[in-house]
Amino acid sequence: MESTLESVNKAEEMTEPIASQAGFDEDTRGGISMAVREAMINAVLHGNAYDPAKRVNLTFEQTGPELIVTITDEGKGFVPDEVPDPLAPENLLKESGRGIFLMRAFMDEVRFRKLNPGTEITLIKRLQNTDLGRQEASK
Amino acid sequence: MSMKASTRQVDGVTIVDLSGRITLGEGSVVLRDTVKDLLGKGQKKILLNLGDVSYIDSSGIGELVSAFTSVRNQGGELKLLHLTKKVHDLLQITKLYTVFDVKDDEAAAIAAFGK
Repeated sequence: MESTLESVNKAEEMTEPIASQAGFDEDTRGGISMAVREAMINAVLHGNAYDPAKRVNLTFEQTGPELIVTITDEGKGFVPDEVPDPLAPENLLKESGRGIFLMRAFMDEVRFRKLNPGTEITLIKRLQNTDLGRQEASK
Repeated sequence: MSMKASTRQVDGVTIVDLSGRITLGEGSVVLRDTVKDLLGKGQKKILLNLGDVSYIDSSGIGELVSAFTSVRNQGGELKLLHLTKKVHDLLQITKLYTVFDVKDDEAAAIAAFGK
């Protein structure tokens, strides 16, 4: 995908039906979509810095109860542990720095891997028993 | 859906009725420009009505924070009105719910501004 705001919006729109197909309820789907949007913003804005020569790759994969979303960019990379805690009192009124926090808030697992060049973000959400029950009932 | 903002005056308070999404790009810019414009005109009592705001991302949260601090730094007050459940939950998990003065009733919100 191109490093544009349109790609961010498109990725978010793609997520909803995929998460629905995977069996997640409406609230959870909203959270997954937001995590994907934030990871895409990270890739397009902070990673590739809207550089038209750099691409963002987005993949969705379902393995058993897990929905795995992988987003890669070709930017200069960053150290996730060095991102300040947005909930710390001294950071509460900062304008930015909440994207990774929101990904972690809505997903079960968020992994970062340094590429050469770039960053790979893996977002994982697992179906809960209630989701699985709903999935069975709809069959 | 893009974001729209319209303003009205009630008892010296500027109410900004927002609708749509406050997200990276157009939505955040509309909010920023609206607040900047109001402050430029000396209107420092601002009530943001978020009742028709369906979605906010991290950029939108940042823009709300920026609006809050800009107004406060100029000696004004900014309050939020009619949060949807989604926006309410988002402000809760980011610990901003207690930072903002959030109201459910327009008349009570207007009365809560300092004279």
